[in-house]
Amino acid sequence: MSLNAIPLLSIIMFLPLLGALVVLILPGEENQKWWSLLVTTLTFLLSLALFFYWKNGEAGFQFVERYAWIPQLGIDYHLGVDGISLFLVLLTTFLGPLTILFSWDIKDRLKTYLFLMLLQEAGVIGVFISLDMVLFYLFWELTLIPMYFLIGLWGGPRRVYAAVKFFIYTMLGSTLMIIAILALRYFYGSFDFVDLLHGKGLPATAQLAFFGAFALAFAIKVPLFPFHTWLPDAHVQAPTAGSVVLAGVLLKMGTYGLVRFCLPLFPAATKQMVPVMMTLAIIGILYAALVALRQKDLKGLVAYSSIAHLGFVVLGIFALNPSGISGAVLQMVNHGVSTGGLFFLVGMLYHRAHRRMVADFGGLWKQLPVFGAFFLVIMLSSIGLPGLNGFVGEFNILIGAFKASKIAAFIATIGIIFAAWYLLYAFRQVMEGPLDKPENKLLPDLNAREIIILASLVAVILLIGLFPNIFFAKINPSVLELVHFVKIHAAPVLITPLPTQ
Amino acid sequence: MLNYAWLILLFPLLGLLTNLILGRWLHDELIGWIASTAVFLSFLVAVGLFFALRSLPADGRQYQLLLWHWMRVDLFRADVKLLIDPLSVVMGLVVTGIGFLIHVYAIGYMKGDQRVQRFFVFMNFFILAMLTLVFANNFILLYVGWEGVGLASYLLIGFWFEKPSAAEAGKKAFLVNRVGDFGMALAIMWIFKLSGRVEFLDIAKNVQALAPEATAITLLLLLAVTGKSAQIPLYIWLPDAMEGPTPVSALIHAATMVTAGVYLIARTAAIFLLSPFTMTLVATIGVVTAFFAATMAMAQVDLKRILAYSTISQIGYMILGVGVGAFSAGIFHLVTHAFFKALLFLGAGAVMHAFHGELDIRKMGGLRHKMPQTFWTFAIAAAALAGLPPFAGFFSKDEILWSVWLHSPWMWALGLLTAFMTAYYSTRAVVVPFMGKPRDKHLYEHAHEVSAVMTVPLWLLAIGAAFSGLLGLPHISLIGHWLAPVFASLHMGGEAAGGSLEWIFMGLSTLVVLAGIGTAYYAYMVNTAFPQQFRRSLGFIDNLVQHKWYVDELYMAVIVHPLWDLGGWFADVFDRKVIDGAVNGLAWVTGEIGGGVRKLQTGLVGWYAFSLFLGAVLLLGYFMLIW
Repeated sequence: MSLNAIPLLSIIMFLPLLGALVVLILPGEENQKWWSLLVTTLTFLLSLALFFYWKNGEAGFQFVERYAWIPQLGIDYHLGVDGISLFLVLLTTFLGPLTILFSWDIKDRLKTYLFLMLLQEAGVIGVFISLDMVLFYLFWELTLIPMYFLIGLWGGPRRVYAAVKFFIYTMLGSTLMIIAILALRYFYGSFDFVDLLHGKGLPATAQLAFFGAFALAFAIKVPLFPFHTWLPDAHVQAPTAGSVVLAGVLLKMGTYGLVRFCLPLFPAATKQMVPVMMTLAIIGILYAALVALRQKDLKGLVAYSSIAHLGFVVLGIFALNPSGISGAVLQMVNHGVSTGGLFFLVGMLYHRAHRRMVADFGGLWKQLPVFGAFFLVIMLSSIGLPGLNGFVGEFNILIGAFKASKIAAFIATIGIIFAAWYLLYAFRQVMEGPLDKPENKLLPDLNAREIIILASLVAVILLIGLFPNIFFAKINPSVLELVHFVKIHAAPVLITPLPTQ
Repeated sequence: MLNYAWLILLFPLLGLLTNLILGRWLHDELIGWIASTAVFLSFLVAVGLFFALRSLPADGRQYQLLLWHWMRVDLFRADVKLLIDPLSVVMGLVVTGIGFLIHVYAIGYMKGDQRVQRFFVFMNFFILAMLTLVFANNFILLYVGWEGVGLASYLLIGFWFEKPSAAEAGKKAFLVNRVGDFGMALAIMWIFKLSGRVEFLDIAKNVQALAPEATAITLLLLLAVTGKSAQIPLYIWLPDAMEGPTPVSALIHAATMVTAGVYLIARTAAIFLLSPFTMTLVATIGVVTAFFAATMAMAQVDLKRILAYSTISQIGYMILGVGVGAFSAGIFHLVTHAFFKALLFLGAGAVMHAFHGELDIRKMGGLRHKMPQTFWTFAIAAAALAGLPPFAGFFSKDEILWSVWLHSPWMWALGLLTAFMTAYYSTRAVVVPFMGKPRDKHLYEHAHEVSAVMTVPLWLLAIGAAFSGLLGLPHISLIGHWLAPVFASLHMGGEAAGGSLEWIFMGLSTLVVLAGIGTAYYAYMVNTAFPQQFRRSLGFIDNLVQHKWYVDELYMAVIVHPLWDLGGWFADVFDRKVIDGAVNGLAWVTGEIGGGVRKLQTGLVGWYAFSLFLGAVLLLGYFMLIW
């Protein structure tokens, strides 16, 4: 049977959505939990089919589905993945069951919680596979709502402030984006991404305006310095699984958007904006690292480290060469695994101690040897230790950045020293030194469920670190084509807008 | 055989995995033996590789073994690929051979520790990382080992992590090394940009591609070297590194870690030779470090600290050697030093073991009666360190000094002065703890010789410390011949053997060493008031030396504290007040304006509507302006 006959992407996206609806009517909390776990695991296994049936060496979209959806407006139901989005989909489906597993102990409004988690997953998958601008925008907005409620209902003491700030800030960006999408339709007469790609191009000034609208929406999402201040608030207040999803996949929508839309749709503007974007990325790398160093709350520390790490991703993207962008695409996945892992770890600690301040701990390695071992490996992955996943992404990004600008690479590389500094500092304060606080002497080590979560992450960390070519083989062709496309279209075209109707 | 070179990495990996997974059910001693056996098997592989290479013609002794494609993006191709040549095999023999003896010794030394399993897992990992570094055929894989040994030392220095000083020392080692790695990473990027290659042999073949920017590249590599090999300006982590268990110090100082920098320069000699400026700087850093570290070694009263500074000083000699183009001589000193320095640390560990952790030599004395085996082996090692003929250190140090003389007389003079100081502090390290009368009766009463599992490695190392110099006798140097093909194409003229002058120089350095030994013997056995008088006469210099020239304090004041404070200001003021203040301020203003419009609307919907409206107005306005 031909694989093309199976609408694999639709299934992967609708399965969690369906699961979410079933949760609402399913009686019994145990059933709801197991059901959610089943659905997310199944989604993950199905998404592996994308990997195994991938046509290696092909740059274009695969598993494409396209149907007219609202023909009156020219909106299509158009799905597809290429090397740039494939692993983001896999990352999303991979983190799905892990976040459900982590939430096993949630007692408060469990049904709603699971509903939102599943809805969230469907939304994020939708973002990564939509090839119609309106469809993309719908999913983009859809992801906002579950996270808003997850923070607002299950969050910490300042959850309402954090949730509202998260919502409004990102909404501000996406509002500009939808206006830009509508304007694109005015120029090109289509909402379809592939049509837009092969359109005639835009005048340079218009490109700049469009780039600005899209890039602002994405930069807020990433978040890129100086649009980042909503993120620490959101992370610190969010429940752990929420933080994992937020850092793991929601932020990737921003970096993904930059690669997917800003680069090929507005190549001339992209080229023009390289210095600005690189500068902001580099400032973010160093600035967020120094701020992370001085966080008293472990979650705050991880949140700022996340900003610094995504600075590397943006740097790689705007290097505009294969090394930089392939590295950035892989680094998005790495960041999801490593930073997601760090949030899991902080969550597990908080779950035991009901405290999270760096100063609350010390010498925990003695009491929690298994936790310590996982903390160590995931920390090292985040630091970018060669042999683990973070290095592969980071180093390729830096190779790319060096090619684009020596100075940029020099300054950014200082970031790898800082990253080691704040994470080793945290490890030193929390895990090492004397176990002198009596309340910490009773903490239990990890349970089997938690070990499964962390061991899965460590498996991926090692897999990417040791065999990154498995991933690059699928990422590279699409990236090469993108780089080529941007290069030849970077010269601005002067055309008049198409008349509408 | 060469096809099976990967076994050398596999055994330590298997050892660490076995202990990691099964260790909790195994007896501590068995864990130690599993780890030691793994390293021993690697050693056998190294021996096999040696003979396999030797059976090839000299200019064909180069074998590359691809294990798997690692990462390939566009033109960037880094593979997991090994390079087996005379240089990597010599290093492999040292790492596994001496590493094995240290492992065995550690079985006795770590007896009774709560975390023997973890200890041996880390130890095997250390060997694995070092072997990866040594056998890598390209920069990227070397970088894996390079940071891997940094990680291993971080874990092992901070092994007793409950002790704040140990935890801090481990962290310091990692971070200072990271500063070096910063140079390494950039150097690799730069080399790749110019040559499009990352494999050593490819780079060497097209090395002229790097010529225009060779000085910058080699300076970055040099930064990496100073971090890993504890040279000025990044030597500061090594003295603190003795916080780890003593076998770890032996491993770090002798077989692994600090030798990596010397190895790197030798491995990338073709690049370094492109820049005479950098080469001069390498030699200068080497000789100056050798000298300053020796001054600090003279002032220490802690036995392990004396040894730690002596390592910095001795590595300085090696760096000096490779800096003047005497690559074989540098590697030769690396080999002999590995024997005697491992032995010195293990001897110090035995003393510590017998003395319940005491390391202050002022409390020791007369130990040779209690610990004869430790005494004799320690004395042999000290003689080798001092450079007393015919012990190992004499030949290797002398070969370096001879090459330096041909290159720069002032460096030679400073090197010779350092040789005097080395002889002095080596003698002191033997005389004060082991000879004379016991200074602390109570501690002395309890002292005892260590068990056979520890003394046997001591004796085996002592054989090496005594005789490994014979590998490099002037004019018939076996090690020189063995390494010659590696450095064949790169002669700077430094290594040429001289005539009768060389013999005169050997006599001269023997006299200097004897003078150093005599002075120390006089100061600590005959006229024991002399050291105090001498120190008083030095005045403020003594204070400087005692405080390690205040370099740690300088770095803290100039780099660490300002960054720490800047981070605090960013976190508390700039991020919260300025950036977030602007965001919230904008929201507030918008809200106030919106408040008038949205009397009937509440909360988010109003916000949404208003921001949508505002955005639309701004964007439309913009479009109107540009058309």
